[in-house]
Amino acid sequence: MSTDLSTDSFSSAVADSLDGPAWLRERRHAAAEDAAQMAFPSTDSEEWRYSRIGDLDLEQFEMIPAPDADAAHTTSEIPLAVTEFIQELGQLGGSVLVYNGRIVSTQLSDELLQQGVVFGAVPEDATPKGAAEVLGAVMHEAPDLFGAYNDAFGADPVVLDVPRNLVIDLPLAVVFYVDVADSITFPRLSVRGGENSQFSFIEASLSADVPAVVAPVTEVVVGNAARVSHSALQDVGPQVWQVGTFLAEVGQDATLDAALAAIGGSYARLRMDCRLVGRGASGNLSSAYFGDDHQMLDLRTFQEHQAADTTSKLLFKGAVADNSHSVYTGLIRIKPDARGSNAYQTNRNLKLSDTAWAESVPNLEIENNDVHCSHASTVGPVDEEQRFYVESRGVPSLVAERLIVAGFFDEVLDHFAVPALASVARDRVNKILDSHVGALLTSDSALLADASNESA
Amino acid sequence: MSELVISDLRATVDGKDILKGVTLTVRSGEVHAVMGPNGSGKSTLSNVLMGKPGYVVTGGAVTLDGVDLLAMATWERAQAGLYLAMQYPVEVPGISVKDVLAEAYAASDRDRQLVPSLMATEANLIGFEREFLDRPLNVDLSGGEKKRNETVQMAVLGPKIAILDELDSGLDVDALRAVSRRIELATTEGFSGGERLGVLAITHYNRLLEELHPDVVHIFANGQILESGGPEIATRLEETGYAAWVEEEEQTAPTAAARPVVDDPFFSDGLL
Ligand SMILES: Nc1ncnc2c1ncn2[C@@H]1O[C@H](COP(=O)(O)OP(=O)(O)O)[C@@H](O)[C@H]1O
Ligand SMILES: [Mg+2]
Repeated sequence: MSTDLSTDSFSSAVADSLDGPAWLRERRHAAAEDAAQMAFPSTDSEEWRYSRIGDLDLEQFEMIPAPDADAAHTTSEIPLAVTEFIQELGQLGGSVLVYNGRIVSTQLSDELLQQGVVFGAVPEDATPKGAAEVLGAVMHEAPDLFGAYNDAFGADPVVLDVPRNLVIDLPLAVVFYVDVADSITFPRLSVRGGENSQFSFIEASLSADVPAVVAPVTEVVVGNAARVSHSALQDVGPQVWQVGTFLAEVGQDATLDAALAAIGGSYARLRMDCRLVGRGASGNLSSAYFGDDHQMLDLRTFQEHQAADTTSKLLFKGAVADNSHSVYTGLIRIKPDARGSNAYQTNRNLKLSDTAWAESVPNLEIENNDVHCSHASTVGPVDEEQRFYVESRGVPSLVAERLIVAGFFDEVLDHFAVPALASVARDRVNKILDSHVGALLTSDSALLADASNESA
Repeated sequence: MSELVISDLRATVDGKDILKGVTLTVRSGEVHAVMGPNGSGKSTLSNVLMGKPGYVVTGGAVTLDGVDLLAMATWERAQAGLYLAMQYPVEVPGISVKDVLAEAYAASDRDRQLVPSLMATEANLIGFEREFLDRPLNVDLSGGEKKRNETVQMAVLGPKIAILDELDSGLDVDALRAVSRRIELATTEGFSGGERLGVLAITHYNRLLEELHPDVVHIFANGQILESGGPEIATRLEETGYAAWVEEEEQTAPTAAARPVVDDPFFSDGLL
């Protein structure tokens, strides 16, 4: 692995070549210079332990040049997969589509526009209180090189800024889609929920079946007393590498609900930092992840309690089939001022084949003893008692397993604030299960055929 | 006419001999009660019959209508017409009873659309709250609710032979009566016009027997049937407890492969 990172592909000159308002270009330039000082991650560090980061050669991937100004994107260009996906989500308050790194469509209801919601590209003339402040509001400092690259090379950051006291009923959706082979893109979504606002947003990361790297950053500021829900689906193609970061800061008496379904990717990593910065803040993190084939899903969570009387609840449930791997590492960090806090962390993993592998590493770092923390972590096959029970009713073994696995995820999928996204995720989980049941059925009947040949 | 024939069934759990030669035949319309002290191997018998993993058959045979049950997977035994109402029904998060029964119907080419209304009818018959039908299997159900749930599932699946492992435990008097009536009806009329149900009811209380009116009572201890006979055995048991049989066995054992003392109007001599 090359450690010489001041290569041409990721230089400040490349950052400078990207267009956008002056303030954004300056920001990118500074980030590129910072990134040049950062090392490529190594599995020697705890946060990258067990990961496949050493197998990634960024030099094989290229940024996607800006499309021709003459041939500006039109909606007719939006891939069918994206349009269909959006349709599955049902009624939305607005949507932004980011195709190959560029925003190609922005829709926001007139009502929300009039109420002062900002949704889409960063504005040219960012006012001090405006979108420029939202971008980078949580990621002051990139946790790793990929985060820094996102700051430096993100062509079209998306901003969602919801004014104080505004309650939005319909969810807002952002869809990132890539179909250029050997490309690297840096999806960025920066969200700010103003004081006492309430809304829910969807983030989907999808792609065609091409080799590509996506390095997304999502940051969310949840203002005091605000209630913000994030429902995310990661279902990129099987050749895609994702190295992502999710960061949230939750203010006083505010609540963040973040739910993620992670399904796609060759190697798909997401680091999630939930910082409870205001007294009485709550952060609820849920995830359903399901690997198959040779996939590796890599999830790192940080529940950071900075203020008193804060609550975090985490429930991550994963399944690994075939030769897939999953890694979950979770840290509950209680800072000295976080007295009276409650932190819960549960990670459960189903191992669906002997060759699949799931790592689960819970950790606690407690600097105030007046708190309540609990963590539970399990890795194991489908429960034999449950399987026997279901089969004893006359349900064939593989169908029973499929039911049990789907049921296992149900608890997490119920946490999705947007039921439509939960049902999309459920469909995708079922699709993987169906393909396995199908595959197993054929291999079973093949075995039976073999056996009868032998006995004949 | 269906027939579950268990002959000289032997099984181990964790390398321990638990079933030490069980011989028993249950036919359509018959109600057999198996009574025995705790830990004598009654649930082991029911689990072995259903093919639960971890139970190793070391001898004997089990057939249903002449077909070797022991060679079948659990779900195939169920499809063949065997049903086990479990002593401790398992909680399965995220799956409803409806889903399970619909899949069981689909696997036997029955119309899965029939399941919901059948379930509703059966639930009403025994006072099982219909809201439970859509909730995760057995999750947060009381002991009695779980037993009613087992009964509803049995009635919807419509087996030929049902093993009821301590179905009475957890049921209050009224519920026990309702559940017993349902089972009795199935033994006389079958499920939806099918064959009459054969029942193997495992219990260690008389309560169920008073409701179910068994044709045969088997005294079961230490992995064997020690005596079989009419309902009067249960009365004797009520008076003396198991001590009589267990002592008897200790005196006459270890040699004899304790052949049950048969006073069973349904037993055919050919089998013995
Ligand atoms: N799954 C099991 N693992 C280990 N031992 C078992 C298991 N099931 C039953 N046994 C043992 O077998 C014996 C009989 O148990 P069981 O069949 O449950 O009795 P009963 O139902 O008559 O109370 C007991 O000694 C019990 O400890
Ligand atoms: Mg028992």
